[in-house]
Amino acid sequence: MTPLLSVQGLSKSYGRHVGCLDVSFDLWPGEVMGIVGESGSGKSTLLNCMAGHLAPDAGRVMFDTRAEGPVDTLRLSEPARRMLTRTDWAFVHQHARDGLRMGVSAGGNVGERLMAVGARNYAGIRASAVDWLDRVEIDAGRVDDRPGTFSGGMQQRLQIARNLVTGPRLIFMDEPTGGLDVSVQARLLDLMRGLVRRMGLSAVIVTHDLAVVRLLADRLMVMKDGRVVESGLTDQVLDDPQHGYTQLLVSSVLQV
Amino acid sequence: MTSFGQKYPGGPGAEPLDIGTHYNFAYLDEQTKRMIRRAILKGLAVPGYQVPFASREMPMPYGWGTGGVQVTAAVLVPEDVLKVIDQGADDTTNAVSIRKFFERTAGVAVTGRTQDATVIQTRHRIPETPLTADQILVYQVPIPEPLRFLEPSETETRRMHALQDYGLMHVKLYEDIARHGAIATSYAYPVMVAGRYVMDPSPIPKFDNPKLEMDAIQLFGAGREQRIYALPPHTRVVSLDFEDYPFEPSKADHACALCAATGSYLDEIITDDAGGRMFVCSDTDFCQSRLSGATP
Amino acid sequence: MIELRDVAKTFTLHNQGGAVIEVMRGAHLRVAPGECVGLTGASGAGKSTLMRMIWGNYLAARGSIVVAGLDMARAAPREIIAHRRSQMAYVSQFLRVVPRVPTLDVVAEPLFALGVPEDEARDRARNLLARLNIPVRLWPLSPTTFSGGEQQRVNIARGFIRDVPVLLLDEPTASLDAVNREVVLRLIAQAKARGAAIVGIFHDEAARARVCDRVIDVTDFSPVAA
Repeated sequence: MTPLLSVQGLSKSYGRHVGCLDVSFDLWPGEVMGIVGESGSGKSTLLNCMAGHLAPDAGRVMFDTRAEGPVDTLRLSEPARRMLTRTDWAFVHQHARDGLRMGVSAGGNVGERLMAVGARNYAGIRASAVDWLDRVEIDAGRVDDRPGTFSGGMQQRLQIARNLVTGPRLIFMDEPTGGLDVSVQARLLDLMRGLVRRMGLSAVIVTHDLAVVRLLADRLMVMKDGRVVESGLTDQVLDDPQHGYTQLLVSSVLQV
Repeated sequence: MTSFGQKYPGGPGAEPLDIGTHYNFAYLDEQTKRMIRRAILKGLAVPGYQVPFASREMPMPYGWGTGGVQVTAAVLVPEDVLKVIDQGADDTTNAVSIRKFFERTAGVAVTGRTQDATVIQTRHRIPETPLTADQILVYQVPIPEPLRFLEPSETETRRMHALQDYGLMHVKLYEDIARHGAIATSYAYPVMVAGRYVMDPSPIPKFDNPKLEMDAIQLFGAGREQRIYALPPHTRVVSLDFEDYPFEPSKADHACALCAATGSYLDEIITDDAGGRMFVCSDTDFCQSRLSGATP
Repeated sequence: MIELRDVAKTFTLHNQGGAVIEVMRGAHLRVAPGECVGLTGASGAGKSTLMRMIWGNYLAARGSIVVAGLDMARAAPREIIAHRRSQMAYVSQFLRVVPRVPTLDVVAEPLFALGVPEDEARDRARNLLARLNIPVRLWPLSPTTFSGGEQQRVNIARGFIRDVPVLLLDEPTASLDAVNREVVLRLIAQAKARGAAIVGIFHDEAARARVCDRVIDVTDFSPVAA
């Protein structure tokens, strides 16, 4: 079986400052990989390079496409890449307004991807939108409301619905619970766990919150100064950290 | 042939009067006309694609038809007969001003009759009388980008056109149906040209959209936004819609109060302060031709 | 079914002057199907440590830990995850749950992860919860507010909901009254009867005597005192 995603030697620098250096890992279908690190660790740079938002200096990002097998997504043509990001891939931004169209209704936001890949039946698009709002626990009566009228947690759930409507196989998440109230975070994490399991998604989640990775991620990579200092099973890395920095991170988490 | 307004003394082909400033034929210098003609040719070669051009300072402000005027100036030859309409009428201020402008700077013959004209410059309407292969229709365009109100970034909309990435256009129509129960866009209704580019046909009423498939050449000029686009004759133009909400070129259910036509686009004219109104053909030439008994 | 050979464990505390603490060496253990082996030893001697290494939660410094055919000390993370899902169950002392999930789903989740239809999974969860005397009215609630004993029983239900060949039990009867202790011991006996290999830590000597076929003292694996 081939990995769904294979990152090989990914590097990105900003002049002399290292963004991320020589990162490699494989991700299989149904796996969730967490990437943790503090500010400046390079985790967001890594995520953006993988997702195609930033051009890396070196490396490959191999994705196992349905049509042609493993393909280096960094070398895809722009139309092919756009199609990929619209169908097989999903990206959940930390700030919902970066991932939503604030001037468009919730239904329009969820339906956009469908329309972008050719859906031309209004009733069908609307039905899909309502179905997805329901799955992310947004009241279907809000389908025509604009996201500006939603709470932060609802906006984030709307972002998830918008991304998942085309049934992607891989989802990138950048601090998905950042900035949300704790109770709202809990609800969102629970939702994401359920969706990941039910849809058989693979995910790469970047966060600085160790509790989030313990809950969501099967595997974990710890980054510091652009390098991966430790990786392995999530519970093993958190309970039996080997690297000094990991030990520091884990011991710094406040107990409630 | 009939004409309205002041005819240029001396008629077509005569020496221009020295009025203190000598104008080149049709105001623009020859190099500018070449530049605009190149843009027009590009536009005709790629129907519906917005060609950037270096819009000139014109003796009228932006928003008053400078794009259309520049295109007309570039295509006019001394033998042309020019008609200018504004919302279908030959006799509004803007139509009169632009017509006078070309009479003065080009000395071309002018007319109000659609079938006598070789070049027709229009603001926001297509004439009711079907155009022929010998005619050119020039549209004045305020905002050439159909996606502008949904995506404010110019670089992003250019990329969307380049990649044929038009999902957002249907999102706008979706929003209309969700909000109003029907596609509420009643003018400047977006169309798909030759199966490739989405185009804004300028703020013509959607009633006119079916006429966009015609025998004449259609040129679109946006002066402030600096874009030219074009439709060669017989180009396939399809108004965007949903399968279950198909496009309908609607009109008011009235007949023209003057000429009794039932198939033309009507203007609603308020006649008194008591709410009295009448519906009259927007295309003045069409209406008058019917009234005078001449074949429209 | 479970075989440990020459297993050692060392902790290196980089942020405390690089202190190296060797907690175990030369550990051997064999558990056959249908057997229950109890781990004994003083607090801190390494009983939980050994169990966590079998589960793959702790890395082994040396040696091999073969569980149902897979060497957990050398396996790749995704192999361990798959193995845990289908072959192993671990009942720890603490119940760690997502705040909103109802007890019924907490117990059913290991079956969801295997792809068992949700209705069927929940039915089996109901049976187990009933056996463990968790009142029906608590099933739709999250276990975060339950008493220690109730949480422990939810934990046990979760551990026993799949019929897996390897069971690791860390103090399964600790917070339970006599009635529920009896239920758990019977569950363990049933697991043994169907051929599961079990490793357990029991402070309760009576319970240990009831279910364990053998006892291993982990102090035998302590590093030789200086």
